[in-house]
Amino acid sequence: MTVLPPGAIDCDLHPAPPSVSALMPYLEPHWADAAAHRGLHELETIAWPPNAPLSCRPDWRDGDARPGSDPARLISDAVDGFGTRYAILNCLYGAPMLYSEDMAAGFARALNDWLKAEWLDRDPRLRASITVPPHAPGLAAEEIERAAEDRRFVQVLLPVMGETPPGRRINWPVYAAAERAGLPVAFHAGSAYRHPPTPVGWPSYLAEDYAAQATAFQAALTSLIAEGVFQKFPDLTVVFAESGVAWLPAHLWRLAKYWRGLRMEVPWVDRSPEEIVRERVRFTIQPFDAPEEPDAVARLLEHLGSDDMLLFATDYPHWQFDGMGALPEGLPADLVRRIAVDNPLSTYPRLREGKP
Amino acid sequence: MTRHVVAPVSEFPPGTRRCVVLEGRRIALFNVGGRYFGLLDRCPHQGGPLSEGVLTGLVEAGAPGDYSFSRPGEILRCPWHGWEFDLATGKSRFDPRRHRTRAFRVSAEPGEELRAETVPVRVEEDYVVVET
Repeated sequence: MTVLPPGAIDCDLHPAPPSVSALMPYLEPHWADAAAHRGLHELETIAWPPNAPLSCRPDWRDGDARPGSDPARLISDAVDGFGTRYAILNCLYGAPMLYSEDMAAGFARALNDWLKAEWLDRDPRLRASITVPPHAPGLAAEEIERAAEDRRFVQVLLPVMGETPPGRRINWPVYAAAERAGLPVAFHAGSAYRHPPTPVGWPSYLAEDYAAQATAFQAALTSLIAEGVFQKFPDLTVVFAESGVAWLPAHLWRLAKYWRGLRMEVPWVDRSPEEIVRERVRFTIQPFDAPEEPDAVARLLEHLGSDDMLLFATDYPHWQFDGMGALPEGLPADLVRRIAVDNPLSTYPRLREGKP
Repeated sequence: MTRHVVAPVSEFPPGTRRCVVLEGRRIALFNVGGRYFGLLDRCPHQGGPLSEGVLTGLVEAGAPGDYSFSRPGEILRCPWHGWEFDLATGKSRFDPRRHRTRAFRVSAEPGEELRAETVPVRVEEDYVVVET
């Protein structure tokens, strides 16, 4: 078992509102009234069906309660359980993806305020990502500016599959606002379901949907690079959360190969995509998607070509591993320290500020 | 350094190219607007014939969407995989330090000064000369 060093930082955990009614006290009057009168039911996405084994590890499950909905359990299972110094909450609730941009923004504000009051105020080790309406970049930028005043918000959260390819200029206000606030932007597995979650159409089964997330991350990474987001926003860090890692070297090899022959299409991409990713993109380590043999893990790390890219994460409460085995076997101790402590501190400047 | 007389200037006008074999090596020669360039006719990637590549310009951008186009005709794209090479230096655009093909100095010289060479020249003509 790879042992976590002291001061480890868990970069991907998932709190969930126990039900939509938990958000009512945090909704502005108009939206609370509309929600009540319209009889709004639950606003979860279909990405993590509550009873699917993947959605919650059996020993972290609490009867019929929505996985991740009890702060006390998350703190005891994950924060105390792994002895982490900080835990970054990425709330995947679906309401900010509602088609109405105003209503989505209203729910995003409520979610962020709910996170502050019900989670961040409860334990000084908790941090969170700012939830935004991904399809309304102007409103998203306003919410980033508002929520970022609380320095316990350390990142901006987007689903990897939104309404447009993430590199497109229509999305740039989000990156501009994040860069101004000194916050990384995390793309997390999941979809606003504006498009089929696979490039070949709508899948029938959860296994298809979840496995295809890796292809969405490939497309998102390519879009961010090709559209010049890393040149336009030189101080922006991008985090890929719950993306898997093992696909990365093969995809970058292919992308770099075609960039060499088609560089003149995207002349602002003035360095190899591999270099850009090593410098600017970080990946949470659950799931890792590598074989269990330490040799294979070592080869994969060699292909990644950098010790700075990986961030420790449990992906709580999702069932990616058992017991304490959140890190692949066979990692050298100095690399474990980087993944668990140094890389998160470099990625999230606000974690270096100590007490907010 | 050896100087090779490859053609009278009158037979190698602007906008044309040719391939010569010098000391057993194929060299691609280009006349771009009256300036001469020479590259080893072999892409460092997989050996593609650079002499058959498209000549284009240098496309750069300081920021996304901010295209600039300069040095028309002085960037060569390998016909096989599109790698770009600077005709003046033989360096690739995507990784000039590690990926490059050899560039040769090519110039127009008066026949008067070439009478000592091993090929017959006419003193009243200018000649294209490649240095290897």
